[in-house]
Amino acid sequence: MKRDYLLLTFATVVVLLLPFVLPGDYFVEVFLFMGINVLVALGLSMLMGYAGQISLGHAGFCGLGAYISGALTAQAHWPVLPAAISALIATALIAAIVGWPTLRLKGHYLAMATLGMGIILYVLFDQFKPLTGGASGLSGIQSLHLGDFYLDTPKRYYYLVWILVIMSFWVCINLVRSRTGLALRALHSSEVAASTLGVNVALCKLKVFVFSCVLTALGGILYAHYITFISPETFSFMYSIKLVVMIVLGGMYSLWGALLGGAFLSLLPELLHKLEDMEVIIHGLILLLTLIFLPRGLVGLFQSIGDRIRGGS
Amino acid sequence: MDQFIQYLFAGLTMGVIYALTAVGFNLIYNATGVVNFAQGELVMLGAMFLYTLQEVFHLPPFISLPTVFFLGALVGVFFELGVVKPLLRLGIITVIIGTIGASVVLKGAAMLVWGKDALAVRALLSEKPLSFLGANINTQVLVVLAVTSIVVLLLWYFVGYTMVGRAIRACSINTIAAQLSGIPVELMITISFCLSGGFSALAGGLIAPITLAEYDMGTMLALKGFCAAIIGGLGNNTGALVGGLLLGVMEGMSAGYLSSAYKDALAFLILILVLFWRPEGLITRGTGERV
Repeated sequence: MKRDYLLLTFATVVVLLLPFVLPGDYFVEVFLFMGINVLVALGLSMLMGYAGQISLGHAGFCGLGAYISGALTAQAHWPVLPAAISALIATALIAAIVGWPTLRLKGHYLAMATLGMGIILYVLFDQFKPLTGGASGLSGIQSLHLGDFYLDTPKRYYYLVWILVIMSFWVCINLVRSRTGLALRALHSSEVAASTLGVNVALCKLKVFVFSCVLTALGGILYAHYITFISPETFSFMYSIKLVVMIVLGGMYSLWGALLGGAFLSLLPELLHKLEDMEVIIHGLILLLTLIFLPRGLVGLFQSIGDRIRGGS
Repeated sequence: MDQFIQYLFAGLTMGVIYALTAVGFNLIYNATGVVNFAQGELVMLGAMFLYTLQEVFHLPPFISLPTVFFLGALVGVFFELGVVKPLLRLGIITVIIGTIGASVVLKGAAMLVWGKDALAVRALLSEKPLSFLGANINTQVLVVLAVTSIVVLLLWYFVGYTMVGRAIRACSINTIAAQLSGIPVELMITISFCLSGGFSALAGGLIAPITLAEYDMGTMLALKGFCAAIIGGLGNNTGALVGGLLLGVMEGMSAGYLSSAYKDALAFLILILVLFWRPEGLITRGTGERV
């Protein structure tokens, strides 16, 4: 745990200094989107890594946050902050309502049900034209400002996003240490054993699901108010898959996996930008190869390298 | 009335395809306890194979359809040996994610090979629609219904009355007991994947002239095939047929009389409702849950 705080401090310093090193606004923007991806992946990681509950529909919840907050500012002309907060609360409520029956399912059934949920949300974004603008997207979303201070340059928004990322990590690290976190890990190993030891399994799962969806929605909201335009395609099934790739590659059983995997997958298109059409197949290969050769992900790889160095000296 | 017949046949056709996909799910589920999330990609590959065989090599249907089945079966075998076998011992979440990874790879590969645009495939018999009780029916609908009936009868005979079919059933009921009585379990698993790949590819080939062949058609088909399998009870092939036809007709009717925009959401709504109320299927008796 001490190491987690140390890593967090280190990450904070890197994040604060990075914009001064980066050669231009373009790269600041790349890292800004990386922050959003990491936030969304962190949400999924809490659910999949710690509670062992799979979700293949998280892109839908990301979109839910983005669309509610976006529509409130673009269609109802609410100020951004109340809209964003309402979107978070609404997502939490919706997640609680659909999560209650869904989380009773296990394994394949849960995977399919969440996949179906993601697709239903996508169909809603795509078809519910009066509110969402349909397939052509929702434009005119207000950009974020605090009073007269507009967060419209990449650098300002970058700091906002990453401060929220660091804060979320801090909350997650503490949550994992709390009674709820320990209960979650118990239910990952065996739900039956956890319930006989007095863990309220259903409530525990629901809490982590709602928390996970709220973090994911926060990512979506940040995205919507930066780009000021959203379309259903952003929140399609492929984004759900991309999120799964992030946390599997990073390491499913550690929160830091979300950071490593999210960072890697966000930089990948920059490294391979000529291979646009290859992106899908590369994601699939990363997923398969990681599962077969690196089941604990990049975090596991770094840990074993660290152990070897320590063992050698 | 003629409209009703039209919707009914459209629904039945899609229903048959969902049923075949569901049978593909069942074969693998019975052999390994795994739900294969790449099932839809096997269907998509079938459609692509048929496009290539028919539109590029100009083969007649009685050669192209069996070849599609054979190629699908081959993909099924590679899929089992390359993806499922290495992951099977690592737990259910890993296998689920693994099959998802494979589906993404297949989808990406198909996009590179066949491109992003939907490909038109000619109907296997003739392009002219038939007139039936005042409704216009695509001749492909008849091909789909006929081929599926034959294939389902063959499968029923194979699983019920041949030595290999019985061995596969034995494996799905109790793997250890089957192994102890001398059944080569691993071979049976491979055969199940082989058949599953073949059936799914055939479904894809049959549907291609109606829906066009497109690299990303798989996800939807997989979800609806799974929905059909769930309605009938996962692992139950008769159930899969009933479930597929039921889902297809419901979808056809709702697209015709209500709105086609929410057609896709309907299937998932049904899926989720069935999962909540009767995860063991609508037409099977409930069984106890294993811890």
